[in-house]
Amino acid sequence: MGQTLVQKILAKATGQKEVQIGDILEPRVDLAMSHENAALVINQFQEIFKGTGLEPKVWDPNKIAIIFDHRVPAESSKTATNQKKVREFVAQQGINKFHDIRSDEMGICHQILPENGYVRPGYLVVGTDSHTTSHGALGAFSFGIGATEMASVWTLGRILNVQVPETIKIVVNGKFKEFVEPKDLILYIVGLLGAEGANFKVIEFHGEAIKNMNTSGRLTICNMTVEAGATSGIVPPDDETVRYLREVAGVKDEIEMISPDLDATYEREVVIDVSNLEPQIACPHTVDNVKPISEVAGVKVNQIVLGSCTNGRLEDLETAAKILKGKKIARGVRMLVFPASGRILKEAIRRGYVLDLMEAGAVVVNPGCGPCLGVHQGALGDGEVALSTTNRNFKGRMGNPNSEVYLCSPSVAAASAITGVITDPRNGG
Amino acid sequence: MGKVIYVLGDDISTDIIYPGRYMATVLPTETPQYVFGDIKELHEMLVNHKFEPGDFIVAGKNFGCGSSREQAVSTLRGYDIKIVAKNFARIFLQNSINLGLPTYICPDIEAEVGDELEIVGDKIINKTKNKEFALIPHHKSRQAIIDAGGLIPYTRKLLLENQAIEGN
Repeated sequence: MGQTLVQKILAKATGQKEVQIGDILEPRVDLAMSHENAALVINQFQEIFKGTGLEPKVWDPNKIAIIFDHRVPAESSKTATNQKKVREFVAQQGINKFHDIRSDEMGICHQILPENGYVRPGYLVVGTDSHTTSHGALGAFSFGIGATEMASVWTLGRILNVQVPETIKIVVNGKFKEFVEPKDLILYIVGLLGAEGANFKVIEFHGEAIKNMNTSGRLTICNMTVEAGATSGIVPPDDETVRYLREVAGVKDEIEMISPDLDATYEREVVIDVSNLEPQIACPHTVDNVKPISEVAGVKVNQIVLGSCTNGRLEDLETAAKILKGKKIARGVRMLVFPASGRILKEAIRRGYVLDLMEAGAVVVNPGCGPCLGVHQGALGDGEVALSTTNRNFKGRMGNPNSEVYLCSPSVAAASAITGVITDPRNGG
Repeated sequence: MGKVIYVLGDDISTDIIYPGRYMATVLPTETPQYVFGDIKELHEMLVNHKFEPGDFIVAGKNFGCGSSREQAVSTLRGYDIKIVAKNFARIFLQNSINLGLPTYICPDIEAEVGDELEIVGDKIINKTKNKEFALIPHHKSRQAIIDAGGLIPYTRKLLLENQAIEGN
């Protein structure tokens, strides 16, 4: 019987020829990623070894990645102490895929993994972050888990309790119009499926628009599949995947390809044509509260955020810089830019994007998760409204339950920065 | 048997259960103080222990959606309460199994604050409303983790078994 891409990856990870939907498996893990919450993982990991008489030792230090991104540089002594504890553990266990707070290696975990070639097609990747779904962009089965579950993976090298998920096939046809982007597509999909529409399922992306999309765009769409409840998003690897891994990630060794069977069984198939898609906005306070921009244009905003694991890549900064070059951000609006990695920030400086953004009035901050989850910089005041290229707008998400967050693409963010109200970039900023 | 102390709607995110601004606090012994930090009434009810052990919080669909933060489970685990929802988000559900938070999947649950609920086998009886609602049982492998007392003792057991095999 035909197998979906995720069935094939799970079969490989369990040494079987094929697996059936609903099977409960304990697949081996190719890469296990954590960020600052590694501090909690370490705590739980040490608990597992208590009373066993065994020295706590991770199963394979080369398959663990730890990236500081949620609170960099540390905003409090508590965070600094957590980070210190993680550094000591990393040194003691010999974990080398460790990215500390320094511009030559730092960034958001969901950018660091792809740009360093840590993720390959066919890998099984787990991360203590719900947006680990991002790495499906490279043809991996990649999903978020909790800290205790990660402690178990560090111990055993396997993940317990994986039920082979059903897959929703989404075929995306057509060509994007100018100022319409992968972010608009995934917002549209989340609105279409609903916040729990893909719960416990995988979304496999196909079609002309996906084929023509670069890896940055694929990372954006896979990133937000979790907002429809999906376990993961996944794009069958192709020439673009190989190009990215070779040219951007600098991978030299062999890249194994994997693809779903043509007669694979899908839970359902959804066909979307992006040719007439207009910019989409997720309105407060749920990500599936998605409306076309024509219904939301004119809403006044106080803070604009460009960045995050969803839209902090070079293409996103380029898009915004082109719109803002020679223009001024409206008075009363503050625009914060959080590049997804040090490498991206350096390249954006070389190409002049940073200068264009700064001269328009934007504040460019160091790479990291920034205000996305309200734990670090850029909190909102009472009654304030943010327009953000991040991935969540839950009540209180940006640090204040008495504020509102709208989600959008980089083009919409930049065009709206000029006017101070939600603005359709096709109408000029 | 217990009383329903609070009823929540659909899509209650982990940001609601455990706001992001408290995420630097990670230890399960310390997280309970921030439970439902932005829902004042529920927060105060829990931290001031204005409920009886074994009481219930009832929620709609997709409880625990959003972030994978385990604090959203450990914060609730600090109180002797049961969570009944129409369904749960995947990561939250697995985290609750791993940490031993009692969660019950009850797609048709009808309950209001003050109702008395009792769990009998594979159903919930709302004694106040005199109605029964079917529970969806956790699958076998999840139940095995619950029965072992959580994922830490369960993994410890597997670790020792692996050692024994390697030792032979």
